[in-house]
Amino acid sequence: MNDFMLIRKNLFAKKLRAILMIVSILVAFAIFGVLVAFEKAFNAGEEAAEADRLVVVNKINFTQPLPIAYFNRVRAVEGVRQVTHFNWFGGYYQDPKNFLIVMAVEPRTYLDVYGSDLIVAPEAQEAFFRERTGALVGEAMAEKWGWKVGDRVPIASNIFSQKSGARSWDFTIVGIAKKRKPQVDTNFMVFQYAYFDETRSFGKDMIGWMALQTTSMSLNDQVSKTVDAMFANSLYETSTDTEKAFNKAFVAQLGNIALIVTLVVGAAFVTILMIVGNTMALSIRERTRQIAVLKTLGFSGQRVLRLVLGEAVLLALLGGLPGIGIAALVALLVRESPQQFVPKIAVTPDILFMAIVLMLALGFVTGLIPALNAMRLKIATALGRG
Amino acid sequence: MSSPSSMVRLTGVSKRFVKGKETISIFDSLDLTIPQGDFVAVMGPSGSGKTTLLNLLGGIDRPDTGEIHVAAEQIERLGEGDLARFRAAKIGFIFQFYNLMPMLTAAQNVELPLLLTKLDAKQRRKHVETALGVVNLADRAKHYPREMSGGQQQRVAIARAIVSDPQLILADEPTGDLDRATADEILSILQLLNRDLAKTIVMVTHDPAAARYARRVLHLDKGQFIEKELAA
Repeated sequence: MNDFMLIRKNLFAKKLRAILMIVSILVAFAIFGVLVAFEKAFNAGEEAAEADRLVVVNKINFTQPLPIAYFNRVRAVEGVRQVTHFNWFGGYYQDPKNFLIVMAVEPRTYLDVYGSDLIVAPEAQEAFFRERTGALVGEAMAEKWGWKVGDRVPIASNIFSQKSGARSWDFTIVGIAKKRKPQVDTNFMVFQYAYFDETRSFGKDMIGWMALQTTSMSLNDQVSKTVDAMFANSLYETSTDTEKAFNKAFVAQLGNIALIVTLVVGAAFVTILMIVGNTMALSIRERTRQIAVLKTLGFSGQRVLRLVLGEAVLLALLGGLPGIGIAALVALLVRESPQQFVPKIAVTPDILFMAIVLMLALGFVTGLIPALNAMRLKIATALGRG
Repeated sequence: MSSPSSMVRLTGVSKRFVKGKETISIFDSLDLTIPQGDFVAVMGPSGSGKTTLLNLLGGIDRPDTGEIHVAAEQIERLGEGDLARFRAAKIGFIFQFYNLMPMLTAAQNVELPLLLTKLDAKQRRKHVETALGVVNLADRAKHYPREMSGGQQQRVAIARAIVSDPQLILADEPTGDLDRATADEILSILQLLNRDLAKTIVMVTHDPAAARYARRVLHLDKGQFIEKELAA
């Protein structure tokens, strides 16, 4: 026997109570793990954003379109190195559940602006510029669906239809884009705007938004103001901001994830803290006589303090670690699901580290008062209770 | 300093308790000497201070005044940590209600005091086997307290008290919760520990039959000892 075994035996002296406490901590950490993983996945785009890239969207909302004519006007603004434009396609593959991130882009400017994020082979670039129905697919999406260069894939839209009435467009995969930086998400497909604009039944000569690169980060403010001033009081006023702010605003459409995470996890933790703290205090109080006996046998106050704190920390770890394990499993299932609505979700090492710190904190906070009481316990008084 | 042959020496020990507005004096300038190898039964009416005396000797309570020497140590001024070390090394406690840890087996209960020593697991196991052998419970090593009778539990408690080879055993009503036959078994073990292993024992009891197992009986009344001869 050793101190750890004594801690374990004490913890499971009342099995049902211990199991219920472990389950409640498990649930709290499972919620914590999943929510933090969601939050980090949603903010991944923010991390990938380049500081010298600006995004121009309709001032009303980024879902509202802009005229294609704006593209050349923005290109001419002083301090703008390159501009590209996007149109959200609302794509899916075979079944509406298989949602895909698909955008219609202007190929040359797209690869110029996003050259710092993506690696595309020169022959793929050429094919992308040349072939009207060609599509460039990110590595993650290609892997997910088993697509390779030369495959012809029908992609349907839940927004647009062709002039013929068909909701599906056929694309030939002309290249696979690899990420240049780890935080870049390659779960996407882009294809020629010209092909899209010619064939769609409505919205001709309109684009979704533009991304531009300035010649220097120091010009960001000036360029933003110039672009927005240029289109002020027009039918399609613009709002220009950094890519980071745009990505953040995109995520904010789903609500303030960070706030939701903080509130839910906070509420779960305070509740668990109160339950576990109260139960620990009760458990130690029930064992007053046993603690007094340990001290009578020669266990010092500090050793008793360590035993009780150890019990609280062990409890937190026994609940917390499987909880984080469940969160990792949930994240894996979500990541692997065909919908792929949060493709980058994962319980990363930093989330695991954060969780372990929280488990230790939970153990210390809930165990400290019972442990101090046990340490200060007067043997004569405690044994006199019997 | 206690004389080389004395295990316990109390000099001018006073102890008072405050209950509300009332102050109760338990001992007032109490003196006592117990030689090494003695087996003393302490008797007296309820509230006479028998358990308080054991608490003072075991370093789990402090006197208001006076000196307490136990096993060559002056203990009344020791800090909590030193008192814990003193108890672990020199004192074995036996309680009326056994006070075993319900979630530990007999062997694990007996092993508890050895966790405070530098013995390794193998050495500890050997000590536990020896101690359980002394109380004739080697075959119950893996049983939990709930699986044992009161007498068996008290024998485990005795094994726990002697496993670290303490010089002084303090027993507080060790047979108070047992029937006569079982009580006799327990008292015989205490007598054996005193006679064959030279353990000094101070036993508090209400039971004159139990007191007869001791070498001498001290009656505690109104804070003073009256020594009485044992009936033959």
